[in-house]
Amino acid sequence: MLRFIVRRLLLTIPLLVGISFISFLVIHLAPGGPISVGTDMNPKATAETRARLEAYYGLDQPFYVQYGRWLGRMATLDFGDSFSPDGRPVAEKIRERIPITLTINVLSMGLIFLVAIPIGIYSAVRQGSLFDRVSTVFVFTGFSIPTFWLALLLMILFGVKLEWLPISGIGSLEYHSLGTTGKIADRARHLLLPVLLTGFTGLAGMSRYMRSNMLEVIRQDYVATARAKGLPERTVVFRHEMRNALLPVITILGLSVPDLLGGSVIFETIFAIPGMGQLFYQGVMSRDYPLIMGILTIGAFLTLLGNLLADVGYALADPRIRP
Amino acid sequence: MNRPLRRAILPPIVMLLLLAACSGGKQESEGKGTSVPDIPAYGDAIVEGSIGGVSGFLTAVTSDASSHAAAGYVFSGLVRYDKDLKLEGELAESWEVSPDGKRITFHLRKGVKWHDGTPLTSDDVMFTYRRMIDPRTPTAYGEDFKQVKRAAAPDPHTFVVEYARPFAPALASWGMHVLPKHLLEKYPDISKSPLNKKPVGTGPYRFIEWKTGEKVVFDASPDYFEGKPYIARVITRVIPDQSTMFLELKSGGVDTMDLTPPQYTRQTDTPDFRKAFNKYKYLASAYTYLGFRLSHPFFKDRRVRQAIAHAADKKALIDGVLLGLGQEATGPYKPGTWAHNPNVRKYPYDPLRAKALLAEAGWKEKDGVLVKDRQPFEFTVLTNAGNEARAKTAAILQQNLAEVGIRMQIRTVEWAAFINQFIDKRNFDAVILGWSLTPDPDQYDIWHSSKTGPKELNFVDFANPEVDKLLEEGRSTFDIEKRKKAYFRIQEILAEEQPYVFLYVPDALPVVQKRFHGIHPAPAGISYNFPKWYVPKALQKHRIQP
Amino acid sequence: MSGSVGIRWNIARRLLRNRLAVAGGLVVGFFFLVAVLPALFTSQNPDRIDVADILRPPSAAHPLGTDDLGRDVLARIVYGARVSMKVGFVAVGIATSIGLVLGLLAGFHGGRVDAVLMRFVDIMLCFPTFFLILAAIAFLSPSIVIIMVVIGLTGWMGVARLVRAETLSLKERDFVAAARAQGTGTLRIVFRHILPNALAPILVAATLGVAGAILTESALSFLGIGVQPPTPSWGNILTVGRNYIEFAWWLSLFPGLAILVTVLGYNLLGEGIRDAADPRLKGR
Repeated sequence: MLRFIVRRLLLTIPLLVGISFISFLVIHLAPGGPISVGTDMNPKATAETRARLEAYYGLDQPFYVQYGRWLGRMATLDFGDSFSPDGRPVAEKIRERIPITLTINVLSMGLIFLVAIPIGIYSAVRQGSLFDRVSTVFVFTGFSIPTFWLALLLMILFGVKLEWLPISGIGSLEYHSLGTTGKIADRARHLLLPVLLTGFTGLAGMSRYMRSNMLEVIRQDYVATARAKGLPERTVVFRHEMRNALLPVITILGLSVPDLLGGSVIFETIFAIPGMGQLFYQGVMSRDYPLIMGILTIGAFLTLLGNLLADVGYALADPRIRP
Repeated sequence: MNRPLRRAILPPIVMLLLLAACSGGKQESEGKGTSVPDIPAYGDAIVEGSIGGVSGFLTAVTSDASSHAAAGYVFSGLVRYDKDLKLEGELAESWEVSPDGKRITFHLRKGVKWHDGTPLTSDDVMFTYRRMIDPRTPTAYGEDFKQVKRAAAPDPHTFVVEYARPFAPALASWGMHVLPKHLLEKYPDISKSPLNKKPVGTGPYRFIEWKTGEKVVFDASPDYFEGKPYIARVITRVIPDQSTMFLELKSGGVDTMDLTPPQYTRQTDTPDFRKAFNKYKYLASAYTYLGFRLSHPFFKDRRVRQAIAHAADKKALIDGVLLGLGQEATGPYKPGTWAHNPNVRKYPYDPLRAKALLAEAGWKEKDGVLVKDRQPFEFTVLTNAGNEARAKTAAILQQNLAEVGIRMQIRTVEWAAFINQFIDKRNFDAVILGWSLTPDPDQYDIWHSSKTGPKELNFVDFANPEVDKLLEEGRSTFDIEKRKKAYFRIQEILAEEQPYVFLYVPDALPVVQKRFHGIHPAPAGISYNFPKWYVPKALQKHRIQP
Repeated sequence: MSGSVGIRWNIARRLLRNRLAVAGGLVVGFFFLVAVLPALFTSQNPDRIDVADILRPPSAAHPLGTDDLGRDVLARIVYGARVSMKVGFVAVGIATSIGLVLGLLAGFHGGRVDAVLMRFVDIMLCFPTFFLILAAIAFLSPSIVIIMVVIGLTGWMGVARLVRAETLSLKERDFVAAARAQGTGTLRIVFRHILPNALAPILVAATLGVAGAILTESALSFLGIGVQPPTPSWGNILTVGRNYIEFAWWLSLFPGLAILVTVLGYNLLGEGIRDAADPRLKGR
């Protein structure tokens, strides 16, 4: 097992290099560049100005030189400086957005687990019942609804009409002057809608997965045996069926790791949340190469890590599958 | 260069809903507060909504409107535009232009201090000038400063610049924010200095805090050289979505924002809204146009361009895109400004006249489409993706042109790719774009025949020797009358030639919470006198510790 | 091969017994009809601008009201169905084709080919799909063709994995070995034996894929890089309608409902097929 893990970890490095190279290539193939965004159609910017700015960002160097430089810096975990006018280090820009994105993602994932798992299990146990059908429509509605539409509707309902919740942002203007409990409450009120919506849209995947796993387990021989032995229904369900159906959930956790740092640019735009989604989107739109590369690399790393965790989890859970 | 661009400018601002007092004067409040004594008082805070976030506070190294607006609270230039859009001194108390127009002498105000207490001197101006032309500074605005032949600071309160030739736009260029030498001199690249994140200036407000992507906070500066501002705190909240921002406005989360035409006309007409807010309307400093590639075989012929100008229903455009909140554009200047020529050839909506002109140019109608030399009159118009107003403009124009037998396809392109792939390579037939206008009427870069290189602004390849000469004349004299004559004649020629079909000038539609008094609409807009806005004591909402 | 035909008939019967899936199927069929025969549902021109009739509520002349340029909303939704369906079907078509080919190759040849292809899938999966699409469209041009191609090019991984799994498991089965022994060509084996059995999961992936593509298009429209106006798509009608939600509710309610109901329909149908086809989930 250990050898397996080590081997996979070592494989990660060349994979990351490969991915980063492809990313770098694709980004540079894109028309326009960081300088265009600031100088195009600007009567005050001349050809000379542009040449100066290009040299400043190292964009006048050939492609492989630029990539080589980036790779060299990455080897020392130096993400470089953003091309945007504030010129701040990429690592700093990412770091300041991680907390809020992480908070929202963890909370909504928690919500999903809390709600989807029971729904999935119960739907399986009572397959074909009214509950099964209603819950199916419910979770799929969450999955099928255009999120920006629902967000606005809820914002109007809870923020304007009922005035229960703040409309946007992640904190009130008086945030600083609040005590610790005040701060937590304030943050909670602001994040309630985004977390609920993110959760609602993600219910379907988890609950259907649980349901089908549960259904499969239900038909397994050992369950039939337990029933034949005369064990009470409850014991059969909880001790045998659920436990086995839950094991794959571990792998889901592993696969969810990369999503932890991903933000939905749509949610963040609507709710005015300064998160990773907006950061990445703005980076793409303004061709902020170091920023884009930084986020993609972190994302790729987390995906590979998550895959590894999922595989390990799976192997641990199912003794039949040991590498 | 200076005041928030979005608080644009000019003609009589009409204050809807309340008494339209073009000369400004007192605001009357409906409902709450009519019996409140309207005395300027210190205190309270104003929350602005902004779609974009700040990317840095040093205007020289940023290029977006949000950053420039934020910087405007903290920094000052030598000059700025007053309420009638004439240049007045800011850090410069007065200035003289030498008779030959080549030298400007600025006399700086005395007693001005940076927010950290250090006195401002002409050394700071000299330092700013040197950095603007310094190759290590990643600025897009260095060009005007490179025209300076010599600069000198003979004493701490005098700054002299000499140009090789008289250069009228020079004066306006000194509206650039002056930088503090003592805080920046040790940074060869000012964009990497701490000041880009924590600015220290001489403006009415001091920087307090910046949460990137979320908000910026400024507090009134007690020793501002024009007197401490009444409003104690300014908070700019980043809300990227227009609908969300409007909801925040209604629920009190934001005190002021720019409305869109539908928000202005349909969503803010309730008595409740009127009790709580003042809406303002004045012409913005920008115009939208349909530009032709003049080397295109169809558009080479002037009659074709004029025909299209007649075919375009500009009233429908203003009604449809702007819901009536705007004016027709007849040239590249804003109506009401001194350089605007109201008496140029106009192109009223006249499809018959359009068809006649097209027939003259050799186009014959066949099954509803114009044909010439076996080629149908089809072309593609390009505009940038995600811009609702331009998309609507294109849709209306498409229908207009179909009525005279021209088939126009619409293609949208993402902005960053737009210039590189299409404009520069002249890979377009026509475009729908807009220009924003600075108060100085010099438009050399857009119309001069020498400005047709890659990335340069005369991308339609307009070349008219008389216009070239007039452009040069206009920018090399400080005499307003002479400049006016030149620009008037330029507009006459442009109206004849129609390298663009000038479409419309939109209205700026800011709205401000009613408790803010002291707002006097003027040609420059409403925020030129922002430090003089106040909230009467009894109406103040936020308690700010000074 | 009566065996596989029999299996498929069973699947169909199970599917029909699932009421939710049937409802989904009916919705899918309905909107397919709308997309293919728009004239049945509206006689108005979806592009006809009428500046005097901006944002009018539903009336006899305009059953679903007019939009911000005076165009008939019903007509735009009907023609928008065509655009949304086109995007969905073509994108999924591309994704399925690529996934099918790669999955078959990987499963059938195994060994090196399989390893390389699966590494490729892993790498593709490392990129956040939505952002890939976003970046690609931003870099190129938000035209319908590009959107379809890009969604297709970023969505084949799931199908590839499914097909590969099916191929791997079927490869070892007796009838394949028998066919091989008889000297049947590879292609024939693929088409006659493997594909029919892999059909169900592919169909599931395809229906879910169409649902996803429609949602993706509406998300792209919100960001300004979906199908560009004046071509109507449900996504861009809804995006514009959002701004007017408080006083012109019809412009956001109807496209929003259209998207919701259609995507829900596809999802329920897909789930239904998955349930019906899964040999492990025989009904009680």
